[in-house]
Amino acid sequence: MKFKKIIIAAIKSILKSRMRSLLTALGIIIGVAAVIVMVSIGEGAQRQVETQIASLGSNLIIIYPGASNSGGINKGAGSINRFTMEDVDKITNEAVYIKSLSPVVRSGGQVIGGIGNWNTSILGVSPDYLDIRSWVLASGEFFTSKDIVARSKVCVLGSDVKKNLFPDDDPIGALIRIRNVPFKVIGVLQEKGQTAMGVSNDDLILAPSSTVLDRLSGGRFINYIQASATSLALMPEAQTELTRIMRESHNIHTGEDNDFTIMNQADLADAATATTKVLTLLLGSVAGVSLIVGGIGIMNIMLVSVTERTREIGIRLSIGAKAADILVQFLTESVILSFAGGLIGIFLAFGVAYILNNFTSQPAVIQPVIIFVSFAFSGAVGVFFGFYPARKAANLNPIDALRYE
Amino acid sequence: MVVNALKGINLKICQGEFVAIMGASGSGKSTFMNIIGCLDQPTSGEYLLDDVLTSKMNRNQYSEIRNQKIGFVFQGFNLLARTSALENVELPLMYDTLHRIKDSKKKAVEVLQRVGLGDRMDHFSSQLSGGQQQRVAIARALVNEPALILADEPTGNLDSKTSVEVFGLFQKLNEEGITIVLVTHERDYANFAKRIVELKDGKIIKDHIIEHPLIASEEMLKLNSEELVDAV
Repeated sequence: MKFKKIIIAAIKSILKSRMRSLLTALGIIIGVAAVIVMVSIGEGAQRQVETQIASLGSNLIIIYPGASNSGGINKGAGSINRFTMEDVDKITNEAVYIKSLSPVVRSGGQVIGGIGNWNTSILGVSPDYLDIRSWVLASGEFFTSKDIVARSKVCVLGSDVKKNLFPDDDPIGALIRIRNVPFKVIGVLQEKGQTAMGVSNDDLILAPSSTVLDRLSGGRFINYIQASATSLALMPEAQTELTRIMRESHNIHTGEDNDFTIMNQADLADAATATTKVLTLLLGSVAGVSLIVGGIGIMNIMLVSVTERTREIGIRLSIGAKAADILVQFLTESVILSFAGGLIGIFLAFGVAYILNNFTSQPAVIQPVIIFVSFAFSGAVGVFFGFYPARKAANLNPIDALRYE
Repeated sequence: MVVNALKGINLKICQGEFVAIMGASGSGKSTFMNIIGCLDQPTSGEYLLDDVLTSKMNRNQYSEIRNQKIGFVFQGFNLLARTSALENVELPLMYDTLHRIKDSKKKAVEVLQRVGLGDRMDHFSSQLSGGQQQRVAIARALVNEPALILADEPTGNLDSKTSVEVFGLFQKLNEEGITIVLVTHERDYANFAKRIVELKDGKIIKDHIIEHPLIASEEMLKLNSEELVDAV
């Protein structure tokens, strides 16, 4: 009951000098809004990356050479055990939980055809590749296992390559030369746009892995292996199985570490978002500093307020207010101010996020937990930075305070 | 060097009295008022208020005594700015730890009517004249039903007519049984009280009963007729 009266009295007091109260709360408003917006931008970036990775295709597993904890450090010539088609064949023969499988042989170079030439990358893959990546053909058809066996010189163009070499014509059936090796175009991929990592999935050419190995990449080694599990639920089994098969294929004995790394889509997402997570933390911290500064602002204004209201405090003390009453009065005002500032800051953050999401390419995702934390923090700032001025007010001597001009 | 504002005061004021404390500036009367009002404590000696010994109390206990037993009226009115008369009068009730009065608003209205301001309750202090503001302050002093009203130069900021009005109010309240102790430096006004105590250099030099105090209503008539004379 008395609690309610104190709050009402504090609100009335705050409303008596509106401009000053607004300016005091401004620091908190900006601080809270900044923290929420910064963290939301980071979260938005993270979601973007996660969506991109999800679009790689579900159940996706990638196997690449090198142990995960070596981090790409060269342990000496010949220490990295590169993959070969033997690994791929063994998986094909033995894996039960794998639905689709493709080696990836990377190559690249000058491509001549159509109206000119174009430098792009060539991936040698299996017919399963479209399924693994969930890619779709815009026209034509994909190569088959017969093409793999026959090492047919056929290829499928990415939409960017098609635009650059065959802007007005249909390239299906046309002959192009990839590093002077003639290939026949049998399909064109649908445009996919840039990934979050800035890699273009449209500026490439797909060809049978055997052909690329034989004609373009030097014969033996493949860069990595991509596969998809039979179902999302069986991912763990699939990964275990692949690990066993690869270890056997590489003659790794029990007790020895893997000389390869298996990552699934979740791992990929984690790795990709690791950077954005650091970014979010950084942005949030900087904004957090602004919130602290807002708190200092509150303290300053409250100190000025206490000085200006010395007479009032003297009056209250003389008619029977206790030191604790004065302390609670000023502390309540400070906390209400900072909570109000926090609330306004939250609304402001929503406004900014709305603008970002609907008018710019920078997405912002506001999570409920950050709102709650910011709100609570603004209250804490009010208590912490309001305490010193409130205590100063409470310790005034009534006689001196009454005499104050 | 130690400066003693008061040097040996022996004074007894009984319930229902109306005492005026007089003295020049520097006579110690402010210090004296502060001690009576429990805003300050004597360095030696004792002060009993309403049979309660006030020495060796802690700060909170002094606050309670001020709240429950004393009503202050200041020269500068000391009302809260941007606050209505009603809220000003309710203020002491907010701090009453005993919560003796349940309905604070009702009580505040009551005392405001008692001082003649029933129709100005929602006015802000800035919208009231000096005399009205002082009456609000007197109502505020009354709201907690104190043992004693303590007024420090209550008419110092008011013109003569309003001053007489205020003293008339004091006299009315005293007739209703309220103990009043006030400080003034004008003998004309001190004569409204029933007893005058004079201070000089920290000591009481004179303490006498007024046989025939001035009556406010009569003094008011005198002032009005003087006005008429001046007008003519």
